[in-house]
Amino acid sequence: MPETFLDQMLYMLFLLLKILAIIVPLILTVAYYTYFERKVIGYMQIRRGPNRIGPLGLAQPFADVFKLLLKEIVLPENANKFLFLLAPVLSLAPAFAAWVVIPFDDWAVIANVDAGLLYLLAMSSLGVYGLIIAGWASNSKYAFLGALRSTAQMVSYEIAMGFALVGVLIMAGTLNLSEIVLAQQGGIFDWFWLPLLPLFMIYIISGLAETNRAPFDVAEGESEIVAGFHVEYAGAGFAVFFLAEYANMILISALTALMFTGGWLSPFEGVPVLGNTFLAEGSIIWFLAKTSFFMFVFLWVRATFPRYRYDQIMRLGWKVFIPITIVWVMVAAVITVFGLVVRGS
Amino acid sequence: MNPITRYFKSLLLIELGQGLWLTLKYFFRPKFTINYPEEKTPKSNRFRGLHALRRYPNGEERCIACKLCEAVCPALAITIDSTQRDDGTRRTTRYDIDLFKCIFCGFCEESCPVDSIVETGILEFHFENRGEHIMTKEKLLAIGDRFEESIAEDRRQDAAYR
Repeated sequence: MPETFLDQMLYMLFLLLKILAIIVPLILTVAYYTYFERKVIGYMQIRRGPNRIGPLGLAQPFADVFKLLLKEIVLPENANKFLFLLAPVLSLAPAFAAWVVIPFDDWAVIANVDAGLLYLLAMSSLGVYGLIIAGWASNSKYAFLGALRSTAQMVSYEIAMGFALVGVLIMAGTLNLSEIVLAQQGGIFDWFWLPLLPLFMIYIISGLAETNRAPFDVAEGESEIVAGFHVEYAGAGFAVFFLAEYANMILISALTALMFTGGWLSPFEGVPVLGNTFLAEGSIIWFLAKTSFFMFVFLWVRATFPRYRYDQIMRLGWKVFIPITIVWVMVAAVITVFGLVVRGS
Repeated sequence: MNPITRYFKSLLLIELGQGLWLTLKYFFRPKFTINYPEEKTPKSNRFRGLHALRRYPNGEERCIACKLCEAVCPALAITIDSTQRDDGTRRTTRYDIDLFKCIFCGFCEESCPVDSIVETGILEFHFENRGEHIMTKEKLLAIGDRFEESIAEDRRQDAAYR
């Protein structure tokens, strides 16, 4: 620990800079993720997507942000003001806080916590409170219905998601995210997605459900309950909810990249031809590429599938995913104990 | 379908994969979008847009106030008053088209015996003040004067079919 006051101040400043170094690119990514989403969905529907503001429409996210921030914040009558204003912050804070344990590279992680996975699970569960409180504090039946739906949905899919991660931690033998990545060393076929393929698929699908994305977006359900839990929010409050949703999507993509596809490790590791070129070496580029791919999958799925009916979502979560994950956790245990898969490290 | 086949199909996400493959193919297709103000879709010479009143080449207005268009108008959008001019011909003193009532059916143009009232290809117009939606005789004649060339060209192309 630092000794003098000056040392402490410097330490704090350094921490703050590290936090900024993650938060600022993250917010920018969220801004361009919304743009990218509209472009991708547009392209899949043979449209062009936004292309009016700036070259190729690249200034569109900023136009959206300024529009939202300049708008009036409407407080609904009989809404609980304190909770109403607290809810967006409550949903955004965990989405950002989870990033401290994400290792971008071997050296690039703010807090190399040994129980990183547990911390992540805790943080992603906390996000639900923002939704519940927003739905309740709005004093609106649509918001309340949306909050009820998303609560039940997120609680049920959290279990499947947790079990999927249990498989990972059995294989890796650690809760530390950097070590989980290092346990996957040795090229694309040594990553966990192969032995844990069912868990990998279930993790992605539950990730969609956890972030309330299509086809599990009944919490918003634009066509039935207008916009669900955030129907009463305008301007900045809505922007914060939006930010939280997209930050969560990026977080889930990053986690998928870490847990199942080897984080910053290169897929060509150990290929003799490439030798020691950057292609064969693990770097932050690989991590970002993998994360971007899963972010694209989120949008791809949204452009492809229609919304699930609510009882089907519940059925899928409880009667399909949880049994499959439990079975595969056992399979993973057997694989690990009997050493059927040779670990890279 | 065999229940076992169905079970495995849904378990292995086969149909979902097919759906994803389809959207991925569409992702790379050429896009249908037309960048509107810069690019425009081709327009028929029979396009029924904003109205105009035409003149003869010698400058005399064509309309003889026969009121056939007023009679045929299904939306009752046309109002005509007429009088006898000093040279003994019958002319309109008032020729109003209410664009809020008009349904752009083109019956007025079809009924006109002297090709006076026509619907031009103009489709980009707007009103900024209350009352501007009433197209008076002066406005209609002005439009006719301004776009006479394109109006005449459209009529010429379509002449064989009329």
